[in-house]
Amino acid sequence: MRKIFLIIQREYLTRVKKKSFIVMTILGPLLMAAIVIVPIYIATTTNEMKRVAVIDETGFFREKFNDSDNIKFHYLKTDIRSAKEMFSHGEDYALLYIPRTDVTLPTNAILYAGTQVNINVRSYIRNVMSRRIENLKLEAQLRDLSTDKTKPIHVDDLLQSIKTSVNISTIKIGADGEEEESYPEVSMILALFGAILIYFFIFMFGSQVMRGVIEEKTNRIVEVIISSVKPFQLMMGKIIGVALVGLTQFLLWVVLTFIIIIGVTSTFSTKTISDTAQQQVTYQQNQVLNPGQLITSGQESEKREGVNHVLEAINTINFPVMIGSFLFFFLFGYLMYAALFAAIGGAVDSESDTQQFILPLTAPLILAIVLAQFIIQAPNGTLATWLSMIPFTSPVVMMVRIPFGVPYFEVAISMALLLLGFLGTTWVAAKIYRTGILMYGKKISYKELWKWLRH
Amino acid sequence: MDLFTASNVTKQYAAHKALERVSISVQEGTIFGLLGPNGAGKTTLIRIINQIIAPDEGELLFQGRKLLPQDVEKIGYLPEERGLYKKMKVGEQALYLAQLKGLSKSEAEKRLMFWFSNFEIMGWWNRKVEELSKGMQQKVQFIVTIIHQPKLLIFDEPFSGFDPINVNLLKEEILSLKESGSTIIFSTHNMSSVEELCDHIALIDKAKKVLDGNVKEIKRQFATNTFEIRFNTFEVELRTILPASFEILESAIDDELRIARIRLPRAAGPNDLLTQLIPHVTIHSLNEIIPSMNDIFIRVVTEQKPES
Repeated sequence: MRKIFLIIQREYLTRVKKKSFIVMTILGPLLMAAIVIVPIYIATTTNEMKRVAVIDETGFFREKFNDSDNIKFHYLKTDIRSAKEMFSHGEDYALLYIPRTDVTLPTNAILYAGTQVNINVRSYIRNVMSRRIENLKLEAQLRDLSTDKTKPIHVDDLLQSIKTSVNISTIKIGADGEEEESYPEVSMILALFGAILIYFFIFMFGSQVMRGVIEEKTNRIVEVIISSVKPFQLMMGKIIGVALVGLTQFLLWVVLTFIIIIGVTSTFSTKTISDTAQQQVTYQQNQVLNPGQLITSGQESEKREGVNHVLEAINTINFPVMIGSFLFFFLFGYLMYAALFAAIGGAVDSESDTQQFILPLTAPLILAIVLAQFIIQAPNGTLATWLSMIPFTSPVVMMVRIPFGVPYFEVAISMALLLLGFLGTTWVAAKIYRTGILMYGKKISYKELWKWLRH
Repeated sequence: MDLFTASNVTKQYAAHKALERVSISVQEGTIFGLLGPNGAGKTTLIRIINQIIAPDEGELLFQGRKLLPQDVEKIGYLPEERGLYKKMKVGEQALYLAQLKGLSKSEAEKRLMFWFSNFEIMGWWNRKVEELSKGMQQKVQFIVTIIHQPKLLIFDEPFSGFDPINVNLLKEEILSLKESGSTIIFSTHNMSSVEELCDHIALIDKAKKVLDGNVKEIKRQFATNTFEIRFNTFEVELRTILPASFEILESAIDDELRIARIRLPRAAGPNDLLTQLIPHVTIHSLNEIIPSMNDIFIRVVTEQKPES
């Protein structure tokens, strides 16, 4: 145990002291912060006027959508089918459809658009709708209270009971009128981002393990070391050491990214956030007296709210779950692949001999990342579900699916299978590794590897 | 007392047998030479002793009991294929390797300081290995092999890659290690070093042990009762004065003297030869021809050939 710790320590320290590690640690957060900050920046600067057509079958929202600085609403009297037809030929940015509801208040709407709907537009619509419905609920509650004077008034309960979240699904209408459901931008970005990050981490740190093994072999130090420790200890020490390097890098990235984002956004949004909070309070207090007040004040701070909308959307993501599952799938996906990378390193004499083995090994990973863009369109489809179960593709595919919500039991099965996959590949890798590291100057074929495995 | 014994060790790789029922025993405080042509199985045996690979069959005893995994800390091994991490600093690396052998950090540091100053390489402590010359790297390697004061030292082809000066240095170190009580197994192709250093040898060829024993005894065993004489009488024909059973192998003239090599019949000794010669010639010298380890090696290995 002491020896494996010594090996882990060496592998870890020699890597984190490298210049390349330090450079990556600084560049990574800058890149990630840019990914978050740029959309915010764009959201606050685009001033192009967007025309949104509204079909309100419920009648609750008549004249409630007031124009803002860059959104203009106009109401259509036609039915949805002809409206959609008109939309594909017209100049409207989006078509908002609020379908009729029979019993409940309408909390669902569909937004048709030719492109991805701007996050600002969607937030604005959601705000208007939820406030209107909250008003309606409040009115109903107040009516109840006025008829039954004996009922005690609990303000907290009251506020709680009127809280409404509006669900707006967006559907992309192609030029040919073809419809395709699109998902919230933030989830999509996170899905792709998580998947790419895992792909990249497994590749980068897996090949670091492989290069480390090749280095020990070409330096001819491996035999010196395995006269002190077991080959398996050396292999696992290296894999774990590099894993810790990966985790260190990831955590530094997360921390530094947050620092940068907070640093940049605080310059123009700390005030906004507290403003909005204040607004919310006054709104809830004043609502009874002046129901129309909010939308006007909303308009005033519309620009600043753009920032908040993005931050708000980010806040809807469950970060503990995201980061937790990222860490699990990264760690075990990496461990599974790293063992095989180590086996390749042990089997070959130099890095130039690795190609024939690396490609088949990484093919599932590459396949997963290529398919990610399709999986994102149908995150709960058959293909997505299967690929998120197979250990070789699950780390990447699960990261694509998780932001859209995956049943817990599926995640649990996937994790269990990945764990099994890790144990399996480690067992296979250890056998190849311990034979390979003592072979010099021999070109290794698959047939040879098979022999080592059975030996 | 035997520090290490291996009995009937067999190791089979997929297609070929690397070792077949090989037994050796290494006495404490001696130097044991493991000889054999390339691919005979020496390195396999050495790796088995180091517990890098496990034998298929056979028993290994260390200090009179079964060889245990933790015994690696009592064994020092300098492999034939040896090297160091090129990008790592010398001192840091030596510390790491010493700790892997079970030394505590402070103890390893203390001993390394001693050896580094002994070898006058203290100034290299903070340099990277890649900046060192090959000979220098070998010295570092040697230090980390012996740093944990192992009971048993195993050197696989220790002289390969050394220049003659460093070969001598290394020989001296090996002899002084023996004097301080270490037991040493080493494998080599360098037969002259075997004669200088080894007390016992075992010769392995094609996975089998074909010869072993005390070096002096083996040489005596391989002596052919051949003598070289130098004499100064030119007009005598040797063949006419010696009995037919005395075989003349070689006869030559060297400046002032004639030299001849004569193989005697089994029963005869040097005195018999002299008795025959003295009446006729003036003898300047008589020496017994003792085969070198080199001759023995070649003879044994080539004699093995037809069997296969």
